[in-house]
Amino acid sequence: MTIDTPDSLVIAGKSYSSRLLVGTGKYRDLEETGKAIEASGAEIVTVAIRRTNIGQNPGEENLLDILPADRYTILPNTAGCFNTEDAVRTCRLARELLGGHKLVKLEVLGDQKTLFPDVTATLEAAEILVKDDFDVMVYTNDDPLIAKRLEEIGCVAVMPLAAPIGSGLGIRNPYNILTIIENANVPILVDAGVGTASDATIAMELGCDGILMNTAIAQAQNPVLMASAMRKGVEAGREAFLAGRMPRKRFASASSPIEGLIL
Amino acid sequence: MKIFVNGEIHELEKPVSLEQLLESLSFSEKKIAVEINREIVPHGQYPRIQIKAEDRIEIVHAIGGG
Repeated sequence: MTIDTPDSLVIAGKSYSSRLLVGTGKYRDLEETGKAIEASGAEIVTVAIRRTNIGQNPGEENLLDILPADRYTILPNTAGCFNTEDAVRTCRLARELLGGHKLVKLEVLGDQKTLFPDVTATLEAAEILVKDDFDVMVYTNDDPLIAKRLEEIGCVAVMPLAAPIGSGLGIRNPYNILTIIENANVPILVDAGVGTASDATIAMELGCDGILMNTAIAQAQNPVLMASAMRKGVEAGREAFLAGRMPRKRFASASSPIEGLIL
Repeated sequence: MKIFVNGEIHELEKPVSLEQLLESLSFSEKKIAVEINREIVPHGQYPRIQIKAEDRIEIVHAIGGG
């Protein structure tokens, strides 16, 4: 591997050069959303599916207008779904909305306070969606056994949380994330918990295939600049992972040779 | 006749197709998906679907989310 070797993330048979996936929530406006996505370099962008506002301004710009299909892979999510039925229904609506689109981000939430996943409902929804020919990227907790089970069901990517959604607490349990990565035959992406660029780097250094984030960019003081920082953090972490870090040593090891000292 | 659009009561003066209903709500040309009574209506079928009394219509679109 050299620095010029292509290093693609492959999800559901499609190659991506960026390993940073971004959400579109919590921005001031669509202009800021567009600029932040651009700066992040992301090629996969999540959206939520919601009721339209009746009586809205007909000329109002739509989120999909700033996400041209030839440039971005849209990843509709099931955020806000607290049971299997709602999550499956949302994915089917998304497929119709996006003209037969198969790739979805499944999340079935179990609790308002933590937004931790309802794992049993997530497993159930994943089975239904895979049978219904969806390509499922699934949000789950950092349990290696459940991550493996979701892979066995046929999910195309498994996305454990690093900390609660929107918390920015960073990678709270790197050893579980590492175990999930070591066990996996599908891409593992950290979804949720990253707060700043060093968190993204740490996740990538563990060997994650990618990171999905929203709040860490959207709620930064300067979202566009943070999007750029995240892009670099992900790239730096990926390269460091591929390079293989030096072993940790307890005591010093001089960088300059002892031989030839003038003393 | 009374129908429900995104959970709210909506009165129709005369029978209309789904396409006409969406036009009257300024939704034609919009990137939307529609369910009637929990059944998804494929895009091409809007002109052929007649709205009936008590129909529960959901019109969704994509918005910002993570």
